[in-house]
Amino acid sequence: MTPQDVPSYPTERTCPFSPPEELATYREHEPIRRMRYPDGHIGWLVTSHSLVRQLLSDPRFSARSEFKRAPVARPGVEPFFGVPALPGWVLDLDPPEHTRIRQQLTGKFTARRMRELRPRLDRIVADLLDGMERHGGPVDLVENFTMPLSSLTICELLGVPYSEREEFQRDSKVLFGLNSTADDASAAMDRLYELLRGVAKSGGQQDGLLRTLAEDGTLDAEEITGIGAMMLSGGHGSTSSAMALGTFALLAHPDQLAKFTADPDLVDNALEELLRYVTIFHFGVPRSPLEDLEFGGQFLKAGESITVALPSANRDPEWFKEAPDQLDIERNTSGHLAFGHGIHQCTGQNLVRMEMRAALPALFQRFPRLSLAIPAAEVRIYTDTSPVFGVYELPVTW
Amino acid sequence: MRVITNTDACVGCGLCAFTVPEVFDQEQEHGTVVLLDPEPPHELHQDVWEAARSCPGEAISVKDF
Ligand code: HEM
Ligand code: SF4
Repeated sequence: MTPQDVPSYPTERTCPFSPPEELATYREHEPIRRMRYPDGHIGWLVTSHSLVRQLLSDPRFSARSEFKRAPVARPGVEPFFGVPALPGWVLDLDPPEHTRIRQQLTGKFTARRMRELRPRLDRIVADLLDGMERHGGPVDLVENFTMPLSSLTICELLGVPYSEREEFQRDSKVLFGLNSTADDASAAMDRLYELLRGVAKSGGQQDGLLRTLAEDGTLDAEEITGIGAMMLSGGHGSTSSAMALGTFALLAHPDQLAKFTADPDLVDNALEELLRYVTIFHFGVPRSPLEDLEFGGQFLKAGESITVALPSANRDPEWFKEAPDQLDIERNTSGHLAFGHGIHQCTGQNLVRMEMRAALPALFQRFPRLSLAIPAAEVRIYTDTSPVFGVYELPVTW
Repeated sequence: MRVITNTDACVGCGLCAFTVPEVFDQEQEHGTVVLLDPEPPHELHQDVWEAARSCPGEAISVKDF
């Protein structure tokens, strides 16, 4: 096989809910295989549940950003490689630096603390639903519900004061706007960094994450600001997308929606199933071997790039025995990899769960006749635009 | 059923404490798992199995007897 024949990471979908078909073929025949990166590098693609899990819990593989390169050519975005980690971005660090920072975060994201946020989330949800009701359908659910909910939740979490939330939301919108120019996005990021710096220092709410971290005194100011920025970039669009795509998936599967609304005991499992089914991080997660090694029957060289494909692992029939390509809110979802696996597994996951629990049942309670305002086939998804899978908009009515 | 947790392997994600709070908790400083009930009652067995299967640190083991 010449380098030209090595396939790049597939992104095209025939159905919004089905990962690219090539991924399933690779999973079946070559669960670890060569893959071409946009900059010409020939690295690796790992697609099966068992290899993904094994790799993500193997300390010989690094998450350091120096090794990371863009897996997909994104329109208007230069392929990146070898960018050093920004202060506080645990996602891009290996132990022991990773451990030092992550431990500070996990202490603040305990299940107990996340449960305590519930009343505040319920209030935000109710306000947004009031707004939708006042406006009347059709409305774009992303613009009017999932985006503001996700943004305001991050504000609550980080401790951004009410007076600065509008500015925070405005700049987040530019930062994640799929039509924003690189210059606008970078200016928005600079302003957000400045705002977060203030929040961490003294301007933040008393019980906010950034101020609490600052008072603990273990991490320095730039690390704390970086943590805020990382949570915003990794947690804002992803959570909004999970709720929008989750709603879309339920609307597209009326039998599942009927069960979801009829039986409150099914809600928690249904949300896990939606997370598995839509697997938001559709470009997977990046890793590199720290040394030459053998893995999954292949010889990998130190520093080669590996794309760990979460969407195909989450549809692996070896793990999810019954019809993994079907949405089934009653299935056993344990071991799904939507939040990753191993030491970098998402610290925000229980916040996401609380948010989805607050949002989705309330949405269908408020609007029992909720439906798409356009044919399902016309809902526009993004395939190669962002590492976070999602819809541009989700027009709904009731 | 007997549950064993390995605090060295725990990555502090809080999944177990979120889904089966009767059996798992987390210490406040770093979010490391705290086992509340090593021999949970029968009605929780399924949930505990699932928590063990889902644990990203592979830090929960379960023996049936
Ligand atoms: C549906 C929404 C979300 C999904 C699907 C998701 C998914 C993920 C995944 C797959 C990883 C692992 C990355 C890797 O292994 O390289 C991760 C890491 C992380 N996530 Fe999330 N995430 C979501 C929301 C959030 C939110 C709301 C926050 C915080 C407010 C957050 C904070 C983090 C952090 C800090 C890490 C890095 C942890 C580490 O490196 O130790 N995430 N997330
Ligand atoms: S699920 Fe596993 S890694 Fe997460 S807190 Fe519990 S024991 Fe620790």
